[in-house]
Amino acid sequence: MRTADVVIVGGGIHGCSTALHLALRGLRPILIEKDYAGRHASGVNAGGVRQLARDLHEIPLSIASMGLWERIEELVGDDCGFESHGTVLVAETETELASFRARVEDLRLRGFTHEELIDRAELKRLVPAVADHCPGGVVSRRDGAADPFRTTQAFRRRAIEKGAEVLEGVTVTGLSKVGANWRVETSAGPIEAPKVVNAAGAWADRIAAMLGEPVPLTVVAPMLMVTSRVPAFIEPVVILRGRKLSFKQLGNGTVVIGGGHLATSNRDRNETVLDWDKLAISARTVWELFPAMRAATIVRAWAGIEAFMPDGIPVIGPSSTSEGVFHQFGFSTHGFQLGPGTGAMMAELVATGSTNTPIDGLGIERFR
Amino acid sequence: MFKRLAEAGASVAITVDGKQVAARAGDTVAAALIAAGIAHCRTTPVSGAPRAPYCLMGVCFECLVTIDGVGSRQGCLVPVRDGMAVETQTGKREAGR
Amino acid sequence: MTKASDLASSYELVVIGGGPAGLAAAALAARAGLSTVLFDENPGVGGQIYRAITSSPVKDRAVLGEDYWTGAELAVEAKASGALIVTGATVWSLDPTRLVGISIAGQARLIQADRVIVATGSLERPFPIPGWTLPGVMSAGGAQTALKAQGLVPSGRTVLAGGGPLLWLLAAQILRAGGKLDAILDTTPRVNWLRALAHLPDFVLSPYFSKGLKLLREVRAKVRVIRTDRVEAVGDDRLREVVFGTGDGERRMPADLLLLHQGVVPNVNLAIAAGVTHAWNERQLCFEPVLDGDFTSSVPGIAIAGDGAGIAGGTAAAERGRIAAIAAVRALKPAASAPDVQIIRQKLRREEMGRAFLDWLNRPADSFRQPTGDTIVCRCEEVTARQVRDTADMGCEGPNQMKAFLRCGMGPCQGRLCGLTVTELIAAQRGTTPVEVGYYRLRPPVKPITLAELASLPIAEAERKAVER
Ligand SMILES: Cc1cc2nc3c(=O)[nH]c(=O)nc-3n(C[C@H](O)[C@@H](O)[C@H](O)COP(=O)(O)OP(=O)(O)OC[C@H]3O[C@@H](n4cnc5c(N)ncnc54)[C@H](O)[C@@H]3O)c2cc1C
Ligand SMILES: Cc1cc2nc3c(=O)[nH]c(=O)nc-3n(C[C@H](O)[C@H](O)[C@H](O)COP(=O)(O)OP(=O)(O)OC[C@H]3O[C@@H](n4cnc5c(N)ncnc54)[C@H](O)[C@@H]3O)c2cc1C
Ligand code: FES
Repeated sequence: MRTADVVIVGGGIHGCSTALHLALRGLRPILIEKDYAGRHASGVNAGGVRQLARDLHEIPLSIASMGLWERIEELVGDDCGFESHGTVLVAETETELASFRARVEDLRLRGFTHEELIDRAELKRLVPAVADHCPGGVVSRRDGAADPFRTTQAFRRRAIEKGAEVLEGVTVTGLSKVGANWRVETSAGPIEAPKVVNAAGAWADRIAAMLGEPVPLTVVAPMLMVTSRVPAFIEPVVILRGRKLSFKQLGNGTVVIGGGHLATSNRDRNETVLDWDKLAISARTVWELFPAMRAATIVRAWAGIEAFMPDGIPVIGPSSTSEGVFHQFGFSTHGFQLGPGTGAMMAELVATGSTNTPIDGLGIERFR
Repeated sequence: MFKRLAEAGASVAITVDGKQVAARAGDTVAAALIAAGIAHCRTTPVSGAPRAPYCLMGVCFECLVTIDGVGSRQGCLVPVRDGMAVETQTGKREAGR
Repeated sequence: MTKASDLASSYELVVIGGGPAGLAAAALAARAGLSTVLFDENPGVGGQIYRAITSSPVKDRAVLGEDYWTGAELAVEAKASGALIVTGATVWSLDPTRLVGISIAGQARLIQADRVIVATGSLERPFPIPGWTLPGVMSAGGAQTALKAQGLVPSGRTVLAGGGPLLWLLAAQILRAGGKLDAILDTTPRVNWLRALAHLPDFVLSPYFSKGLKLLREVRAKVRVIRTDRVEAVGDDRLREVVFGTGDGERRMPADLLLLHQGVVPNVNLAIAAGVTHAWNERQLCFEPVLDGDFTSSVPGIAIAGDGAGIAGGTAAAERGRIAAIAAVRALKPAASAPDVQIIRQKLRREEMGRAFLDWLNRPADSFRQPTGDTIVCRCEEVTARQVRDTADMGCEGPNQMKAFLRCGMGPCQGRLCGLTVTELIAAQRGTTPVEVGYYRLRPPVKPITLAELASLPIAEAERKAVER
């Protein structure tokens, strides 16, 4: 019988980060991934590393993550393409700007200062190409973007170097308690371990169901488009609130356009079907916001399969039914930035039974 | 590199980088460039290497040029029209500005 | 000229590609009463074999040969059939629900089809030799297209390199048009005969046999043919000379134009993006869709006809198009009259007879498919063979991971000119097979569209409501 200290289900950024941090603590985890690490959301997302506009419950994790992003090369031995030019949330109307102001003030009262209100002039300075109708916005200056696949792979590689084992092309099919251990059934035979981490992304409800712990996870597939290389014209990541848009130019000149419009998906077949009517909406938004982009060509579009929770925030913490099992899923289309910090927090929780990073309100028991 | 058979069609006036080029009816933009002996139509956004049309059937994307202000069009799929303004994408990135 | 806005929002049959397969399919289906539209991105119909069939300036019929001119009939038939034929129309998306994204003169539309016949044909196999990105190096098919469509003939010092029936056809056409060829570098390995011989009897009975021999004789009488196992294009801002290996060393030939060709392979981009299952064809060394006897794919309602279904040539393409069209008619209008499919199947079998011999004989050598060193593999992103091989050694198991590491296949051509090379290189390097390695996962848009085109899609009902609210 194969054994490990911890079995991690899922080789996305979260599983790989947790594997690395467990290994750094001297534990021997085995990570099991049904396809290959980074095949899903973690490898194909927009790469946005943002603290901006996060739910209050996530902010501590997000700040902890940011600290790790800023020394990512030291942590994983690869700069992961991380560049920090800030994220700007653009207001399109005065009403919108007023609501942003209220949010920034509320955050300050709670002691969070990473979001900063900016006026029209500062917006134009940060994003010269933005259309003239925008009266201001919010910036989070330490935010940035990274290469998602490279990042996930870097975590995977470093985890292996530090003693984790990664099994790819292997599916977890069952979980049962055998004495003090969990017996993890896989397509490559069983593995026993005292602890299990469920980082199975859009499939994590199935792992939870094996524990008699149903969760209202919905499978979504946000879409992205990327343009051909265009001359450098914008540094920060730009997002909108009213209309769905996220917008970013990569170092190589290509521009990634996203924002949350959804494809239809079939998680059993790893399949997504793009919705061009919705992508056209994104295209029209970009058309209006960035006139300079009108002649750019869209060279590729895709979607990634991702877990969405009804309240839009992840499920993090111990199982409510099964001792020794921990959940780390449901990142609801913004979990890439959270990967490094959540993995560190989870390793601490698994290894020591508690954590210094507050995760209040993220537990699975909220869906009871 | 290429010459025209005598039978080629009526002449069509286009400009390439502002200079007059005599194309013929039935030419695509890429064919007109080749016929005019224009050695390359773009440089790559990666290394700046010169490139010229390669497949003439719409699959290689080496023939990307700016046509009437719209950048990165496949010259081998666009028929010439009188008065058409073609710009080679030399030293330019692909958005055409 | 049909505009995007002139199109109906749905058709019973959408045919994509106006080569022999598409033209034959559209003609048959429209005649049987299906509302049919055919899209082709080229300015005219005809596909690769009959390129510019309705407009070619080459009036001397002997130049392109009688086989070329037989295409005129297909074009006339399709036009008379009542099918709507739209040229200059690029299909950039096809999905499993048979929603077809097209773009015409800068305007985009989404069209719903009950049935789709993908007839996007073939493209030339990548020919990654050192220097193949230099201006002055072109695909032989490109030169042939310039001859058919514009009456352009190579004029300077011209070298033709590679192998396969089309290479010889082009050579003959250039010579007949009064062009000059300085040399033909024949790169097909002699050992291919061993595998091919078993299929010689079929070949001798096939229509290719006598035509092929005549062509070879015609060309060899006028041009030096040199066998070689190594070809290199050398130059600075353009081609200056062609370097090639000979039995006892290497030779250099000054040249203005080098034309490359080593056979054709199915153009799989649209079919893969639509979710159609593909399989590796070891004889033809390429991926091709998995199809049933009616050319229906793994995606319900989507058929693939012509060389896109696996290389079999122009005449077979038309027969395949007809078979797929009959299946569409049977499914949508069972009472309509359609030709007897058995007769067509027989014709198709005759056409396909000589194929095995030709495939084995002309199988390109490993060294011309699996380059080494600094030879560029991905032309768009300028990724070299060494980079691909090294990354495979590092543990990269498939083309999709390779994309993420090296950006190969991520430029505008979307892997059309590097996909097979990358797959084969990974397989070679990791000691596995192309079947195991697989191909790029392709997504629409299969042809880039401008942001403006996408923004021009008619505003969907849902969005209009959202704005009004
Ligand atoms: C460059 C070239 C030259 C060839 N010349 C000859 C020849 O002279 N003689 C010969 O016997 N065989 C030739 N062939 C072989 C060829 O494959 C023929 O067997 C025949 O043309 C195949 O017919 P088809 O209908 O399957 O496809 P094709 O004739 O290739 O037609 C496919 C059509 O689909 C269109 N198309 C592709 N993608 C899209 C899209 N996304 N949107 C809209 N339209 C699209 C293309 O413009 C093309 O017109 C050639 C092949 C190539 C690649
Ligand atoms: C298009 C898109 C854009 C996005 N943009 C951003 C962004 O800009 N910024 C940001 O912060 N976030 C973004 N996100 C969200 C982010 O990508 C995800 O929240 C994050 O990657 C989730 O990571 P994960 O490890 O939980 O899940 P995943 O990456 O999905 O990993 C889970 C893995 O578990 C495996 N698995 C599942 N079941 C089993 C089983 N039974 N056995 C073995 N393995 C199994 C799966 O194969 C999968 O690889 C985006 C998401 C998408 C789809
Ligand atoms: S020359 Fe290849 S796409 Fe135009």
